[in-house]
Amino acid sequence: MKSGFFAGIANIWRNLPGKAKVGVWLFGFFVLAAVIGPEVAPYAPGAQTPLTQAAPSAQHWFGTTQTGQDVLSQVLTGIRLTLELALLVGVIVTVISVLVGVSSAYLGGVWDDVLSLITNVFLVIPALPLLIVLLGYLSDQGQTSTIVVLSLLGWPWGARVIRAQTLTIRGRDFIAASRETGEKTWRIIGFEVIPNEVSLIAASFVNTVLYAIGASVALAFVGLTNVTTWSLGTILYWAQNDSALQGGAWWWFVPAGLAVALIGTSLVLLNSGIDELGSPRLRATRGTARVAGHRIWPTDPTPVLAQLEAEPGRLGSFLHSFSRASVLQETSAGGNR
Amino acid sequence: MSPILEISDLSVAYRADGGDVHAVEHVSLTLNPGEVVGLCGESGSGKSTLAYGAMRLLRPPALITSGSVRYSGRRITSGGDPVDILTMSHRELHKIRWRETAIVFQSAMNALNPVLRIEDQILDGIRAHLKMPRHEAKEKAASLIDLVGIPRDRLRAYPHELSGGMRQRVMIAMALAADPEVVIMDEPTTALDVVVQRDILSQIVELKERLGFAVLFITHDLSLLLELADRIAVMYAGRLMETGAAQVLMRDPAHPYTEGLLNSFPSLRGPRRDLNGIPGVPPDLRDTKPGCPFIPRCGFATDACSSVDMSLEPVTGSVTARTADGRHLTACPIVSPEELREATEKARQARQVSKEASPEKAASQEGVRS
Repeated sequence: MKSGFFAGIANIWRNLPGKAKVGVWLFGFFVLAAVIGPEVAPYAPGAQTPLTQAAPSAQHWFGTTQTGQDVLSQVLTGIRLTLELALLVGVIVTVISVLVGVSSAYLGGVWDDVLSLITNVFLVIPALPLLIVLLGYLSDQGQTSTIVVLSLLGWPWGARVIRAQTLTIRGRDFIAASRETGEKTWRIIGFEVIPNEVSLIAASFVNTVLYAIGASVALAFVGLTNVTTWSLGTILYWAQNDSALQGGAWWWFVPAGLAVALIGTSLVLLNSGIDELGSPRLRATRGTARVAGHRIWPTDPTPVLAQLEAEPGRLGSFLHSFSRASVLQETSAGGNR
Repeated sequence: MSPILEISDLSVAYRADGGDVHAVEHVSLTLNPGEVVGLCGESGSGKSTLAYGAMRLLRPPALITSGSVRYSGRRITSGGDPVDILTMSHRELHKIRWRETAIVFQSAMNALNPVLRIEDQILDGIRAHLKMPRHEAKEKAASLIDLVGIPRDRLRAYPHELSGGMRQRVMIAMALAADPEVVIMDEPTTALDVVVQRDILSQIVELKERLGFAVLFITHDLSLLLELADRIAVMYAGRLMETGAAQVLMRDPAHPYTEGLLNSFPSLRGPRRDLNGIPGVPPDLRDTKPGCPFIPRCGFATDACSSVDMSLEPVTGSVTARTADGRHLTACPIVSPEELREATEKARQARQVSKEASPEKAASQEGVRS
């Protein structure tokens, strides 16, 4: 059983497009940084050293802030809080949007009317101004309230998409068949409908995480969070607060900004592999679409094996032209050219 | 008469993790101008793979592993050498498809776009392949729809507003739009009731007489082919088992598998007889065992069967002499048509005896069979 599970994972990994693999590595790197970052950080993020606003050196890889704090340590510590917040928001938002989307589409009738109305109302609320107002109003501006507010405003997008997908799935014959065989409603939803939406739900999760990172960094940047904690957003807040840009201290804000950008990039790349995850058919064709070094697209005419083997693929022949074998071939055929 | 489409030694495999699935193995089949060739066999025997593979319409993981498909239509070759479809580029294929070789797909519901009117779908095809002004194309679409017996005002209809039979007719009309020389029909009547089926089949025959195209008719319904086809090719497990003129094949099958198929459905006009079907299931196509793939299900199997090379040879023996048809080929060199006939006769008599001896037992068997 266990080996089967791992074999399945290995199979999915093998068939993943290159982009998604890069995304997995990149995202994995940041998750690792979030897990061990604060422990391996050379200094405490708030500790002040005599070296103020120093450029990157062997002692301080990413330089120091105006008050002599080590930027590398701040970034390593900050990734954890930002990623933690984003993933939590992602989970909460995904759960809410799946619950609302699937039940409004599957149950229909009054349920659909009410839930759709709520979804649409939340959809038209301008998120960022409301976030600023809410967080400014709340007495506790910590991590928890940011998570709650972001989750509250993030779910309607996913719910809409999932509702639409559930509507089309609900009309298919296999749902009618499972209802006919007497399956319970929750079982139909959980085992017949949702597996068909895995790729959609996963994509929605990834997008939400992306949104949460962006929003939380933005909120922290304008100071609407507990600025005494260390997150990628608060680093940028302090950098801006202490005029890092005017002072030419690029090392202060570039690492944190780059980390945000790279996490975002990794999530976008991950998204491109999610389609394969959800669709066994896509998975099956992609793994076999490479024959004798040629990539075969579904719209190509059926390939003929002999022809594929007779001429190596474009990339293959390009690489072959550098090889020793090709040099030998050319000299024997073309003399001393 | 030179054949219009000559498939020779065609093999198609599906690449899979567990090894290649040999869906079509070394099949040779010719189609003469104006001829209806029926291709029949059980589900999964490679009928559709053969036809689509020859037209290079299969998607990955399908792969053509050997053979050639020579086409010699008037417009393409102009009396010269035939062209090989398997060596064609994307662009060359585009010219040939639909213009020269058209396909009527299996399920008209899925092959027609639900959001476009019938007229637009026919026009799309016409304008992709024939250069003609819009009003002429419209006129052509109308005459096509006339051709298959649908009133002209239905051109403005969407697919869901037509019945299954009408949709199938629209598919046929679309296939005929560019005056192709070869039409491949992939079970065009499978989902229809027998009345509509009969209607469409007679229409196909009539159109064929009028327009002179050749038809490769794929079906699992052998009884249908006996009436419709000039020649029949029987496929099993990716191989051709027997080919021959329809009447000859029906009267004197030379391969035990054909015999089994013929015993699987009742004849409408002949005497009442017991239906046997063929016990067992088709083999796994990943196996590459030599010899005949029908061995496990064959009543005549001997040790020699596993070294049969499955090439089609002319049927020999007195029955063939009577029918005087040199084109009757079989892949089974072990059993002769006479033996086959004798054995069938003997089995029939044996059942007759047992039925008379114990009527209630026979009746219960009957129940199981039906």
